[in-house]
Amino acid sequence: MKRFLLFLPLLVAIIVGAVLFAGIGKDPTKLDSALVGKQVPAFSLKDLKNPESTLNESLFRGNITLLNVWGTWCPACRDEHEDLMWLAREKKVAIIGLNYKDNRDDALVWLDRLGDPYRTIIYDPKGTLGFDLGVYGAPETFVIDASGVVRYRHVGVVNGRVWEQVLLPVINDAREDG
Amino acid sequence: MLRIVCLFLAITASAMTFADVSAVYGFDSRSEEQRYQNLIAELRCPKCQNQNIADSNSPISKDMRNAVYQMMLDGASNEEIVDSLVGRFGEFVKYKPDLDSRTFMLWATPAIAVLVGLLVVAGVVARSRKAGIAAPALSKDEQARVDKMLAERNQSGNG
Repeated sequence: MKRFLLFLPLLVAIIVGAVLFAGIGKDPTKLDSALVGKQVPAFSLKDLKNPESTLNESLFRGNITLLNVWGTWCPACRDEHEDLMWLAREKKVAIIGLNYKDNRDDALVWLDRLGDPYRTIIYDPKGTLGFDLGVYGAPETFVIDASGVVRYRHVGVVNGRVWEQVLLPVINDAREDG
Repeated sequence: MLRIVCLFLAITASAMTFADVSAVYGFDSRSEEQRYQNLIAELRCPKCQNQNIADSNSPISKDMRNAVYQMMLDGASNEEIVDSLVGRFGEFVKYKPDLDSRTFMLWATPAIAVLVGLLVVAGVVARSRKAGIAAPALSKDEQARVDKMLAERNQSGNG
């Protein structure tokens, strides 16, 4: 018993070390979405590019899509735009945009100038769908499977590395299931 | 004079920062306003993670305060309001998470720490008691020597 007590500090140090080590490299600002495994929330919003047409959640049926939340006010969105262009062009990824708390004219100028990687863009000037999706900062990118269920949410910029290591595996899983 | 100016500035400036967060919404009763204040004080901002949505001026906190207010107007209970925000932003937004398998250690750790502390104290006390009984402070010979020395000292002191 006495001898065991001598090793107690070592034991405590090892346990604390293991717990702290597990936390290294985890970014506390990246939260798991509460919507993973749930349907995309119902919405009824205008199409950014065709103001007359109204979009709803059926937009996400039938195809695996990336839902990219962006706005012209968001510098990191500018940063990832080239990579989204690359994904749409080279990887043939179906990307749906959610233009979040922005104004239509600015958004159209941006797309005109930088190119348009989106199949469709939902225009959400008040951020209502963004709020229902739990968006807390653009850019955010959701992987949505063919039945409209949210599979994953990535907070931050999408680039080649994020695509290879994070998004593509999730999409492959969704393909196998569906 | 300078002191008075400083005091005046401090008071008015603190009122200004407060106004931005609180003065926007109107309530029918004081208790409703208190309920609102309590709710936004225990909801956490997902963007600025060390603040509640009452203190944070980030756009998302503004949206969340607005949602809380709207739901209150619609007659939602506190539980419904918190659940609706948790459904969107995750368990993270609650400063007091529910007790479940993931948060068990979070809730249990303080109790465990207290228990371990009590055990250690009890152990130390028990051991010292046992030692006290097993070995009296002085043996018979030692006690006799002490008595003798004290007696001698008293005599020399008197004499």
